Amino acid sequence: MSASAGPLPQTAGVPGRGRTAGQAGRGARSLGTYLPAILVFVGVIVGLELLGNLLKLQTFILPKPSAVLAALGANWSTGRFALLPSALNTLQEALLGLVIGTVVGLVVAFASARWASARGILLPLAVAANAVPIIAFAPLLNNWFGLLNPLSKALMAAVLVFFPIMANVTRGLVQVEPASLELMRSYAASEWTILRKVRIPNALPYFFTALKVATTLSLIGAIVGEYFGGSATVLGRMIVQSASALKFDVTWAAILLGAVTGIVFYLLVALAERVVIPWAAALRGDT
Amino acid sequence: MTAPNSAAAGPVVRVAGVDKTFSRGGRVVTKALEAIDLDVVRGEFISLIGPSGCGKSTLLRIVGDLTSPSAGTVTVNGKPAERARRDRDYGMVFQAPVLFDWRTVEDNVKLPLEILGWNAARRTARAREMLDLVELGEFVKHHPYQLSGGMQQRVAIARALAFEPAILLMDEPFGALDEMTRERMNDEVLRIWEQTGTTVIFVTHSIPEAVYLSSRVVVMSARPGRITKIVDVDLPRPRSEDTRESRRYFELVTEVREALRSGGADLDDAGTMAGTGSIDRAMAEGAVG
Repeated sequence: MSASAGPLPQTAGVPGRGRTAGQAGRGARSLGTYLPAILVFVGVIVGLELLGNLLKLQTFILPKPSAVLAALGANWSTGRFALLPSALNTLQEALLGLVIGTVVGLVVAFASARWASARGILLPLAVAANAVPIIAFAPLLNNWFGLLNPLSKALMAAVLVFFPIMANVTRGLVQVEPASLELMRSYAASEWTILRKVRIPNALPYFFTALKVATTLSLIGAIVGEYFGGSATVLGRMIVQSASALKFDVTWAAILLGAVTGIVFYLLVALAERVVIPWAAALRGDT
Repeated sequence: MTAPNSAAAGPVVRVAGVDKTFSRGGRVVTKALEAIDLDVVRGEFISLIGPSGCGKSTLLRIVGDLTSPSAGTVTVNGKPAERARRDRDYGMVFQAPVLFDWRTVEDNVKLPLEILGWNAARRTARAREMLDLVELGEFVKHHPYQLSGGMQQRVAIARALAFEPAILLMDEPFGALDEMTRERMNDEVLRIWEQTGTTVIFVTHSIPEAVYLSSRVVVMSARPGRITKIVDVDLPRPRSEDTRESRRYFELVTEVREALRSGGADLDDAGTMAGTGSIDRAMAEGAVG
């Protein structure tokens, strides 16, 4: 009956505990909740703009937000720093990596949840591997799969994605309330039935929590992989090359585009979570 | 122990010579239950009561084949407990409702029916019927976290009864509820029991609850868990608020309380009394002589 404090924030609540009536009647989160965050964000942008004007900061130290936006527009789809096609290529690598890492993570999670012996072998190895600064493998992956092959970047992303998916889903499959298992035992339910009707639904909130973290990790993996060389029209190369050409407004524009891509990516997964497991959001009280 | 042909006429549940010990590293650490014999008759409402750690929940779990006894046998409808579990003879209600948040109230009640392979139409019809029985017909599409604790426990009862198990095993089902809700739930359980005719084994640590509900109250002592007394509750049915205020009710509550208090100390009492008796006898003889 231990509360499930995951390795990641906001793991789902344990069913059957600490519940009161009336949690459901809550409406959608109002704009007022977000207003302070929006105000701070706008304030920082305006502040940076004013600071840039006031101190006459050089572009190579910190370009003004307006300059970054201008660079983004000027390099949108054409020229030496074509940002949009680069972002799309990077997103493609990240997505491929996300899929590979998630699939492998799920396979290992189900194996370790099903067989205690598999858990004994796989989990310590996975934890040890996770302690290695995996980014350091990027040049090796480029070497193994080819500098120009998007797969080498996707695999960097996959390696980063694997661990949170595997660890969280294993936890979700294994940390089922003992009473739930006793209930299923009293129905003489098979292991397969228990997996389908208890373990997998129980693991879904854990899975989505991990997946949201994984979206960001997959972009990080892809971009870092790109730093070490490869196709020119990717965000990582844009950042490296524009910086070495001292075109920092372009560098910031590329970073901005990467950030927006990451946020959209995250929101899509969050949306999928709302659709697939609406009850989990209601349980957390943030419907 | 039980002859197979006695199954129909005999008790629904027969517990014979059951011991339960918990051991660590080959050494017995706790003697949870010792020499438990108990027969439960069809349609009976029987309560197990005792101090914490007397093994009353363990006994219930042994009857339900959620754990196995160290010695002795449990026979249910003439079958070993494991067979009975595989035949889905048990409906379980735990202290926590153990509802699944990802299922609606109705789908929670349907869960055992899915496992039993009922078709969808029959599942829905039965789930609705059971939820009407526990007066939650309006809440079929709600999720468990949207209900109060008492309502959640009623869903658990509906679920336990949905497939018409021969025996309803209830392990302190209202232990987490406040006194008012608990009394209402007691009436609810009695009404359902009278309507369905199910055999109920009910674990509780509340004396009034045990007396109010049961046809018999099994009083247990702690370490090792033993049956010290079985109190027959001859209160008329249907029971109501008047029952709780009747003289006989108070007498029975007192009887159970005294049985609980003397539990564990009864050996000493018997020894003292035997001693006193012999002294009395010696004195009498001396007086005579």
